[in-house]
Amino acid sequence: MDFAFSDEQDQLRREARTFLADRYPFERVAELADSDAGWDESSWKELAELGWIGVSVSEEAGGAGLGFLEEAVLFEELGRVLYPGPYFSTVALALPELPAELQRELVEGTTRWSASLDGSLVPDLAIVDRVLVARDGKLVSVPAEGETLDTMDSTRRLGRLGEGAAGDEVGDASAIDRIRTRAFAALALEAVGMSQRALELATEHAKTREQFGKPIGIYQAVSHRLADSYALTELARSLAYWAAWAVSEAEDEAPLAAAAAKAYAGDVAVTVCEYSIQAHGGIGFTWEHPLHRYYKRAQWIQGYGGYPAAQRAEVAAAILA
Amino acid sequence: MELRDTPEEAAFRAEVRGWLEANFPTELTGPRSNEEAYANAWHTWSRKLSDSGYAGLTWPTEYGGRGAPYSHQAIFLEETARAEAPQHMNVIGLGMAGPTIIAHGTEEQKARYLPKILSAEEIWCQGFSEPGAGSDLAAARTSARLEDDHFVVDGQKVWSSFAHVADWCILVTRSDPGSEKHAGLTYMVVDMHSPGVETRPLRQITGEAEFNEIFFTDVRVPIENVLGEIGQGWGVAMTTLLHERATLGFALTTMLEVNLRKLLTLARERGVDDAVLRDRIAHEWIEQRALRLTNYRALTMLMKTGMPGPEGSVSKLTWSEANQRLTKLALEILGPDAQLWNGDGHGYWQYQQLRSRGNTIEAGTSEILRNIIAERVLGLPRSR
Repeated sequence: MDFAFSDEQDQLRREARTFLADRYPFERVAELADSDAGWDESSWKELAELGWIGVSVSEEAGGAGLGFLEEAVLFEELGRVLYPGPYFSTVALALPELPAELQRELVEGTTRWSASLDGSLVPDLAIVDRVLVARDGKLVSVPAEGETLDTMDSTRRLGRLGEGAAGDEVGDASAIDRIRTRAFAALALEAVGMSQRALELATEHAKTREQFGKPIGIYQAVSHRLADSYALTELARSLAYWAAWAVSEAEDEAPLAAAAAKAYAGDVAVTVCEYSIQAHGGIGFTWEHPLHRYYKRAQWIQGYGGYPAAQRAEVAAAILA
Repeated sequence: MELRDTPEEAAFRAEVRGWLEANFPTELTGPRSNEEAYANAWHTWSRKLSDSGYAGLTWPTEYGGRGAPYSHQAIFLEETARAEAPQHMNVIGLGMAGPTIIAHGTEEQKARYLPKILSAEEIWCQGFSEPGAGSDLAAARTSARLEDDHFVVDGQKVWSSFAHVADWCILVTRSDPGSEKHAGLTYMVVDMHSPGVETRPLRQITGEAEFNEIFFTDVRVPIENVLGEIGQGWGVAMTTLLHERATLGFALTTMLEVNLRKLLTLARERGVDDAVLRDRIAHEWIEQRALRLTNYRALTMLMKTGMPGPEGSVSKLTWSEANQRLTKLALEILGPDAQLWNGDGHGYWQYQQLRSRGNTIEAGTSEILRNIIAERVLGLPRSR
């Protein structure tokens, strides 16, 4: 039993955190989130050069030949800064289902992908090239054409895929279940990175903001909520890492682990953001403060593939069978 | 990252499982008709665990332990919970008194006390809480007056498990009558058979008396029974509490697992199809899993660095609230008949639900645990 990341994976995390802190401070993310495009396209080449897109792709296809645990580290760190760009869509939703020649283009940063679960709205539709959909028992790839919708979380906008475009067959429709499991695990990891950041902001504020002549963190009505946020974040982290391990090992329990992790970590991210907004007082309610962007992404995660009650219904069906 | 047992861990798990199957104490299951007979049977079971080397698994071999990694302790607890076998009666000796003696005791004290803790020959209890000192342990007033080569102890302790059967007590006293708070406390071990020691059962909301009050009236305690230095008892007591909380997480989570398994069985038997109940059952399953996995992370950290990580502080807090929710949920599934003691399940859930109210109070109230997380993990300013 060894439930920790390896030294190499920890090293990757340190590098990612340093790089992302430098490239994506709050002001930069806010500027991109409020822009028409919603992201900086040049960032994609940068991620490709860092080798992040092809982490789990075989070395023959131009990747690093690593696995989902390394991707897990990146999902969490990208979530921590709210990276606006189609990393989740491309890497979690599409990449492992594509044939080697398409993976090669993708690793180089030439193409970006997304997918639609059961005909649902497509994340990042406007900024990807192709979309995977299930059609007549097959998994097909179609051009990313359709309508981009005004989305509460402007760092990850949803789109409605146009109908009728001819598709190229990529595999069979059973791939949708795998995509869903990976997506849920990735979103749980992202939610953990976000919860951690929202808690850090609240803690920092509670240490420095003074009222009645004392830092507000001295008052238990404030500090106990933050203690709860910490406990919730750690519990969510454990589930997210379990889901990551189960996906990387292709364990039979991977779909259950991912559903449980997504439901719990999604709820936790929303709760921790709400506690953090409350701890900040008025400033936490302003557009200027970064918290609302975390709050909106957390709700995006909650809603994706069905709100947590839908995943708990799945869990109930599995454990009460 | 590897969540499966190593071959060596799997072998130990199989050994424990086989041993429990062969030695399960059936006399300790079911309702207790006679408290004394139960206590005797429990003591016999505890000696059996000791004789087979399942007490003090992680204690150093030089003190008679197995020197096994913490993962073995976790596996042992998981397997005993799986078999629903009772724990060792000497939990306080093994989990709190022993480690404190190892950390602060003299060689004479180690030689005198440790072997009999391990063998279950002597059972231990804890004398920390007082009527006026619960969460605020530093408010302890039980006095210890030095007279020549011994202390004279007077005072009252409460919420002491096993005191009615214990041979020894770890006791926090105020040895300097003019002192306040953390200064002037002395930690000693007291022979529970000494003249002037009286225990009285403390009947709790379940109707049972699981805890005791201990009264000390002019009790003579030899000076060589002091652990650590006279007046330095606070630091020694912190060692005890650190050990209590470090080993507690796994034991508690495995207990929750037993209740969760029973809850799932009940829900299946009753064919629960109500969406709200199913949602809550799923939530409890998910959180129990999260708790178990969080313990695994803490265990990995402990085995790698020798230091418990901050995850451990979350365990007891989460467990207590989860157990309270889960037991109430079971009563709701039972329906209106849940109000009867002799209905389905013979009062199991009724007892568990009432007992669970103590979970957020014993071994550090939830308020104290939140303070610990806020101050020591998050670094927020001290509230008192």
